[in-house]
Amino acid sequence: MFGYYLNLALRSFRRNKALTALMVLAIALGIGASMTTLTVFHVLSGDPIPDKSDRLFYVQLDPEPMRGYRPGEEPQSQLTRFDSETLLKQKRGLRQTLTSGGNVVISSDKPGTTPQLVDARYASADFFPMFDVPLRYGRAWTASEDDAKARVAVISKELNDKEFGGGDSTGKTLHIAPNDFRIIGVLDAWRLTPRFYDLYNDNYGATEGVFMPFSTARDLDLGTQGNTNCWADSNGDSRALNAPCAWVQYWVELDSAGKAADFRSYLVNYSNQQRAAGRFERPANVRLRNVMELMAFNKVVPGDVRLQLWLALGFLLVCLVNTVGLLLAKFLRRSGEIGVRRALGASRMEIFKQCVVEAGTVGLAGGVFGLLLALLGLWAVRQQPASYASLAHLDGSMLLLTFVLAVAASLLAGLLPAWRAMQVTPAIQLKSQ
Amino acid sequence: MTGTAAMDIRPILSTLMRHKIASLLIVLEIALTCAIVCNALFLIGDRLDRMNMHSGIADHELVRIQAASLRQLSSDDAVDKSVSLEYLDTLRKVPGVRQAAIVSQLPFGGSSNNSSVNLTSDQERPTLDATVYTDEGSLVKTFGLKLLAGRDFNSDEFQDITDLQKAGDKAQIPVAIINRSMAEKLYPGQNAVGKVFYSWTESPTRVIGVVEELARPNSLDQGAYAMIFPLRDYGAGKHYILRTEPGRRAEVLDAAIKALKKTDPNLLVVNQDTFDEVRARYFEQDRAMAWMLVVVIVALLLVTALGIVGLASFWVQQRTKQIGVRRALGATRGQILRYFQLENFLLATVGIALGMLLAYSINQLLMGKYELPRLPLHYLPIGAIALWLLGQAAVFGPARRAAAVPPAVATRSV
Repeated sequence: MFGYYLNLALRSFRRNKALTALMVLAIALGIGASMTTLTVFHVLSGDPIPDKSDRLFYVQLDPEPMRGYRPGEEPQSQLTRFDSETLLKQKRGLRQTLTSGGNVVISSDKPGTTPQLVDARYASADFFPMFDVPLRYGRAWTASEDDAKARVAVISKELNDKEFGGGDSTGKTLHIAPNDFRIIGVLDAWRLTPRFYDLYNDNYGATEGVFMPFSTARDLDLGTQGNTNCWADSNGDSRALNAPCAWVQYWVELDSAGKAADFRSYLVNYSNQQRAAGRFERPANVRLRNVMELMAFNKVVPGDVRLQLWLALGFLLVCLVNTVGLLLAKFLRRSGEIGVRRALGASRMEIFKQCVVEAGTVGLAGGVFGLLLALLGLWAVRQQPASYASLAHLDGSMLLLTFVLAVAASLLAGLLPAWRAMQVTPAIQLKSQ
Repeated sequence: MTGTAAMDIRPILSTLMRHKIASLLIVLEIALTCAIVCNALFLIGDRLDRMNMHSGIADHELVRIQAASLRQLSSDDAVDKSVSLEYLDTLRKVPGVRQAAIVSQLPFGGSSNNSSVNLTSDQERPTLDATVYTDEGSLVKTFGLKLLAGRDFNSDEFQDITDLQKAGDKAQIPVAIINRSMAEKLYPGQNAVGKVFYSWTESPTRVIGVVEELARPNSLDQGAYAMIFPLRDYGAGKHYILRTEPGRRAEVLDAAIKALKKTDPNLLVVNQDTFDEVRARYFEQDRAMAWMLVVVIVALLLVTALGIVGLASFWVQQRTKQIGVRRALGATRGQILRYFQLENFLLATVGIALGMLLAYSINQLLMGKYELPRLPLHYLPIGAIALWLLGQAAVFGPARRAAAVPPAVATRSV
């Protein structure tokens, strides 16, 4: 019976080409717009590190003076260098790292090349295993190299390709003027979306070019990049160990998500100790958020992306209402035909089925065209200036969702018209013929 | 005239009552479209306002070179200073350059330095958060800022930022210039010149001038507060701002880079562009969003128009016989045409009324979620008129076909 209804649907499309094209176009536009924005949203709001996002925690303390204190208020978003280095030494998590963004000037031996500014990441050794950083060649640095302020660097695949022509560059020298660094590792292709470990630089930006020990960067007083918040006079050096400035990010990896409560009480203890020692003034006010909690709290997905999603869903709704109206017109226009089928013995259910098959076919066609429009839409998104633009690609699950959405939407749109159509009374239709 | 209109409306209403579902669908579609279009128009207006925000500076006369020298990597203050002064001197000699200045940041430039501002030294919560421009000696003239009150800095009021940092607790910034927004927020209804505030140092800073406008480099939602301190900041990677004639910007920029490269082979240029480009880059996302909204509006209106055409055609076809009867009974083509036009007008009016309510509720939702301002009422009539016109345009084709139905149809069986 299904095959027969499909055949009938196709015949009906051929008879009303314009109306059918209109319906397919409406659904395709709605689906195309929704899938474009849903895909962008899906890419941007996804879990950047699904294996352990519930075990990686971002630490916040409240080192500010009593002035302006309001109980329960959100503490500084980053840590002071003193607190982060102290927590790192106490090693209370499975792994921990302190990190900061920066930039360095790289000069090359090659004649004719000009020095260039490259984004850098300063971190302690656990950064690599904690964030599952893939290494193509060589190794990451060790905790003892952290302690020794070793002049070692790990470089990104992109920088390796550009500066050293790809290949195993470990052992080569990287001139970060005026010093020389030994390259000990080269990353494989790696890009976190978003780059959650530092939400104070471009969240969806590319991976840094150079990674080096935090201690080395401080030893050489290399430039940092990101937010710095000082609450007292830093005597001109906000990067000094005891500067009253928050600018370092601190992450801890725990054995299990359940250990968070223990770690939180450790942070409270730490705050109390610091207060007893006179370094902190405020009552303990700590935050410990895992990756997804941190992203939600910081509203990492740009507001524009959410707005576009709502807009597209609104558009889809209009397209659906439109389709309901057109299907209704289409089915009722064939009242005579339906009357004849009913008079020849087709039950109401059969009429209903026939109409739903027709609606579903429209949906499938709309889905195919909608998919093309979504691909076009995503291409348009990739031409946008935002740093996340290049990430807008359709994956398998979104592809499937496109068709599910299209068919479900048009079936839904077909229900009311089909229900109206099955109520056509054969007698009246036959009489008016 | 009113009598005939009333007589026209009654049969229309009774017909629509017999096609409740189809009428409802059209009304719903128009309402949704109206609501979304009103809000989208409003969002576009909001973006355009942002993009047209005044910078306060001579937008079309400025070029920016953000540069450093490899010699500056030693982190030696004296080297920083000599390199910067050498660059500035070189740039001032470039033909076409009228003024040149070293600044730490520029309007819509992205990264910024900000500081909280207090009215008293022992205040619990800061009064506001202002962005800090450091002036090496000629910022006001080079930027082309308009002084509303007071004066520019005197040459003896400038100090090196490194000296300020070394001074520790004794550091002082005795004078500052602030923008009007900041003056009005700090001292509402008063003359700001001569008043003091506290920021950066423990000592008071006195306002000596108020400029009409000077926009922030970023975080525009934090309030348009900006202040200028007479501090010579020679650190690496500062911005060199050159003022020239609008037509000579490209040429001056080119010559300036060449001149710098000639004086210093170790030059590292981070950015080189006109201020118009800086500005365009800052608002790129807003422009993209505004265009996307335009596309959505056009697509929505198109889909709705096509929906109206489809349903109206169906109705015309369904009522061909009645139309024939009316024509046979003496109705003119014009009356048939007007019948369908009036019918569409009625449906559109109900849809628009509903749509306005919906537009307002959507706006309330957006206000809560995205900190958008309230939808100004003048967007509602714009949306209404757009949909009325759209409805009339869409129904015209089917209505004309209806008017063309010959009276003879009444005598035939369809």
